[in-house]
Amino acid sequence: MQTPAPVDYAKATSVADALAKLAEHGEEARVVAGGHSLLPMMKLRLARPDALIDINDIPELAGVRIEGDEIVVGAMTRHRDILDSAVLAEHYPVFREAEKVIADPIVRNRGTIGGSMCQADPASDLSAVGSALKGSAVVVGPGGSRTVALREFHQGPYETVVGPGEILTELRYPIRPGAGSAYEKVERRAGDWGVATSGVYVVVSGGVVTDCGIGLAAVGADHFCSPEGEAALIGKAPTEENLGAAAAATAASCSPHADQRGPADYKSHLAHELTLRALRRAARASQGA
Amino acid sequence: MQVNVTVNGVEHAADIEPRMLLVHFIRDELQMRGTHWGCDTSNCGACTVWVDDEPVKSCTMLAVQADGKSIATVEGLAKGGVLDPVQQGFMECHGLQCGYCTPGMMMTARALLDRNPHPSDEEIREGISGNICRCTGYKNIVAAVHWAADHPATSEVTA
Repeated sequence: MQTPAPVDYAKATSVADALAKLAEHGEEARVVAGGHSLLPMMKLRLARPDALIDINDIPELAGVRIEGDEIVVGAMTRHRDILDSAVLAEHYPVFREAEKVIADPIVRNRGTIGGSMCQADPASDLSAVGSALKGSAVVVGPGGSRTVALREFHQGPYETVVGPGEILTELRYPIRPGAGSAYEKVERRAGDWGVATSGVYVVVSGGVVTDCGIGLAAVGADHFCSPEGEAALIGKAPTEENLGAAAAATAASCSPHADQRGPADYKSHLAHELTLRALRRAARASQGA
Repeated sequence: MQVNVTVNGVEHAADIEPRMLLVHFIRDELQMRGTHWGCDTSNCGACTVWVDDEPVKSCTMLAVQADGKSIATVEGLAKGGVLDPVQQGFMECHGLQCGYCTPGMMMTARALLDRNPHPSDEEIREGISGNICRCTGYKNIVAAVHWAADHPATSEVTA
């Protein structure tokens, strides 16, 4: 039987209350959101916090809304609500396509975007999407709040800029009129982490790509993105040849490791092929086709 | 730590350790053994119950997190001695072999039909993708869910 080690528990009723409880319980306290990464890690003693501060019942942390020229997604927004969000589906279908292949419907009822971002698994689909879209994260601590670019959010595998005593409260994504977006993933079986994934947006204007973002998970892409692949495409017509060159530059910028999900050369191949497929679809969508 | 929950409409109170998982609370504290405890890693779905009307895997939620919430388990599916159509469908279509996954499958199937009364094969398969049948009896499980969709009125217990 797998059971977590003894742990204190406190339910927070607001962000201020959560910060106070984190401060009260010290550095070994951890925030628990959906718990679908943290609780399994606690069962295996890979994580052993002294206290859990539960933020599930803080309504202000959940929901998708538009604020100015950004889409704001609360950290406690559950996967299922991202999958069902009309706002996200309208502006960035990449979210729905990614969510459809994250875990399974029951896990999606519970898991959250903030938890997924803070877990910072190298195969995290939403980290790839966030980096592709060049979004930002709002982190609140005792000293106030700060906004961090998602491309600087991850410090390494399972490490983020969110420090002890701090809470990730929001994810923000700039709205880009005319952008097309798409997500591609190869997984060993339904609901698994990706062997490789690629999520992109493309803006085509006047026959050329004026803006794009390429995010990848599970293939050793620094900060889940490929500025090299983006640079190879900006200013070019979205022809098969140019998209292929950008996909090749993307794959070359990744450093996948061999593991139980596959050998490195296979993952490099997937980084190329999945990026190409995502770019094709996103470019087509941006051109209204 | 004190926890108050409503399970299948009945209120329960208990004093438990914060680390106790919801599945163990239901099975060991409340002695309701209909909910099965399977893989312990939120993969298999045998422990699926509803918390505030949403299916969740109870091996990956602490019982204290359910404080003040309403839980539904497989014991609550039949109403007044009448099986839920999902239960009847599993009988009619031989939707179980060893039966280990069945409580979770049925809780997931009921939630699916509540949202989508006439799902396609594909929608059923996607809907139960978080519930693993290690007998691999999916064909009959999908048929059982179709049967329930085709017979929405509850039926008399015939077993």
